[in-house]
Amino acid sequence: MTDVKIKAKDVQVYYGDTHAIKDVSVEIENNTVTAFIGPSGCGKSTFLRCLNRMNDTIDICRVQGDIRIDGEDIYDKRVDPVQLRAKVGMVFQKPNPFPKSIYDNIAYGPRIHGMARNKAELDDIVERALRRGAIWDEVKDRLQAPGTGLSGGQQQRLCIARAVATEPEVLLMDEPCSALDPIATAQVEELIDELRQNYAVVIVTHSMQQAARVSQKTAFFHLGNLVEYDDTSKIFTNPEDSRTESYITGRIG
Amino acid sequence: MPLLWLFLLILAIAAGAFVIARMRVMAMSGQDRRSLHSLPNYYGSNAAMKSAIPALLVLVVWLIAQPFYVNTVVSGMIPDDAIAQSSSRGLVLAEVRRAADGMDLAIATGNMTEDEARNTDADVADVTERLSTAGAIITSELTQPILRAAQQFRVLNSTGYQIMTIVVLLIAIAGGAWAVRETQPKFRARNVVEQGVRVLLIAAASIAILTTLGIVLSLVFNTIEFFRLYPAADFFFGTSWAPSFSGRGGASDLGILPLLWGTFYISIVALIVAVPVGLFSAIYLSEYASPKVRAFAKPMLEVLAGIPTIVYGLFALLTVGPLLVSVFGDDGLGWMQAGTAVMTAGLVMGIMLIPFVSSLSDDIINAVPQAMRDGSYGLGATQSETIRQVVLPAALPGIVGAILLAASRAIGETMIVVLGAGAAARLSLNPFDAMTTVTAKIVSQLTGDSDFASPEALVAFALGMTLFVITLGLNIFALYIVRKYREQYE
Repeated sequence: MTDVKIKAKDVQVYYGDTHAIKDVSVEIENNTVTAFIGPSGCGKSTFLRCLNRMNDTIDICRVQGDIRIDGEDIYDKRVDPVQLRAKVGMVFQKPNPFPKSIYDNIAYGPRIHGMARNKAELDDIVERALRRGAIWDEVKDRLQAPGTGLSGGQQQRLCIARAVATEPEVLLMDEPCSALDPIATAQVEELIDELRQNYAVVIVTHSMQQAARVSQKTAFFHLGNLVEYDDTSKIFTNPEDSRTESYITGRIG
Repeated sequence: MPLLWLFLLILAIAAGAFVIARMRVMAMSGQDRRSLHSLPNYYGSNAAMKSAIPALLVLVVWLIAQPFYVNTVVSGMIPDDAIAQSSSRGLVLAEVRRAADGMDLAIATGNMTEDEARNTDADVADVTERLSTAGAIITSELTQPILRAAQQFRVLNSTGYQIMTIVVLLIAIAGGAWAVRETQPKFRARNVVEQGVRVLLIAAASIAILTTLGIVLSLVFNTIEFFRLYPAADFFFGTSWAPSFSGRGGASDLGILPLLWGTFYISIVALIVAVPVGLFSAIYLSEYASPKVRAFAKPMLEVLAGIPTIVYGLFALLTVGPLLVSVFGDDGLGWMQAGTAVMTAGLVMGIMLIPFVSSLSDDIINAVPQAMRDGSYGLGATQSETIRQVVLPAALPGIVGAILLAASRAIGETMIVVLGAGAAARLSLNPFDAMTTVTAKIVSQLTGDSDFASPEALVAFALGMTLFVITLGLNIFALYIVRKYREQYE
């Protein structure tokens, strides 16, 4: 159960002249929810975006070091970042459904990657993804309605369903609940726990309670450094580094 | 007193009022500006405003009204029998004005004294002689009534201007004095100046709106006048455009359909060129180009928008036309008779519209939130898949708006058509035929020496009105679409 899915070693990230991530090494396990916590601007989102090479779309961003998924270097010249992103799905801070119908939002990835041979198969994929996103019951009667017409919590679950529709192996979530109310947050957290059965989930969060609730492993970032990385229970009860303790007790950050 | 001097004098009075009011309020407050309601300059501005603005308003109204009054008086002086046959009162009045101007000129050059110009018993032949030596343009021998009227014209005008000068200066001084008198430390000068600024801004906005209204009304009235002379049904549904000018005789065919067809045909060709090229360059600039390329390429593209359309017309006439003839003309495929054709004008107009489409589309594509692109990239879509399936659909309403705005530009374009498409009104499907558009025909109907009261000239207003309604409709539709789109992401 605890095989390593992602192995990052000595990762450095620069935005222009700013050194945003310094010497980060971390091993992310399969079928585990890993939480990245830390104060704003500490580099946790930046590091998350390294894992599916989303930083490639930012011109001034440079990534150094070694990141391997299943032992394969994702920054190798031969790796197609587009294929990589299909394997490493991502959910963003703000729900960002496309201005299309609910069905087309989900079918977007599968269509691009040619995952369905015919309409019936595509219908199956969409239904399965929506069920996994725990939103099927709410939208099954209005699949052709625009995705932008859903409530915020529904939109975020739609985006999660959209990400799982491409059958990724890793799911990256960048503060997926920061724009949601407590009820929607609870639904999404429940969903994250279920998703753990099939994926390695990495979640960036500002809420320490959320990290404690949903994750098994927690990494604490501070000023671009990975300060401490351990089991969630250990981080929150008996941290080794004084900075971690200061942060989780609310003295810094 | 020349107008400029009067204007400067008013400004000087206003400046004086500014200084006096400012000094007065400072003196009343014992040189302590903290006890004033407003800053001292506001008291000055209040006084300057109240002395200059009413005076300038009266000046403007007077300058507009006086010629009307003088014309009415002078026109009443001319007996009916002094108006020659085939002539009109308006022409005689113009003659009177010319004579009066001539007398001014003669006095200025020293050929005549002021007294001689006013002498009602002056000899007509002598005056005519003196005027022509002074170099004034007098078309015919002056007659007694005209000379009398011209003299009266000058007298009325000069007394009018004298009275105006006095009245305006009095108003300026009175306004300034009133404002200075009300200047006290408790007076809320700041609020009054604020009101004045507001009125100034409203006045500026009203001038623009009233001018538009004036243009529309002049179009409407002349169009109604045209339809009184020419049946509306023949105009809107006539398939033949053959105006006859007075020399040739016979009735004119003034059907708008061939012109509308030419307009739409050329516009469509232009859009077929401009929309793909403009849109693709916008996509390249906003999605693919590096900041360096963009900083260089975008201004270069927008240089196209700065080229005067007459230069595009020359390009059509001298370069594109001959080029097309060499390919499609008698030596080549044989479809084209001459360089002027729908294709020539359409291609060049399309080039003109490229920066229009591209820079509007570029703004709209940039307005699509980055979150949309991130979402798509995060699912493993490539850049072109993202653009085709996410960015463009999201930007589509805005792009349609941009295209419609470009279309209304194309419909209103004149010079490229005049030089590139020829002047033959024709209903034909062959894009290599010469055709013409509504705008080009408006030019040719009004630049001849035809009578402005004839249907052949008045038709220009009906054409202009039709064009105005079409482009207005397109613009409103485009703005409606663009606005609807904007609301989505706010």
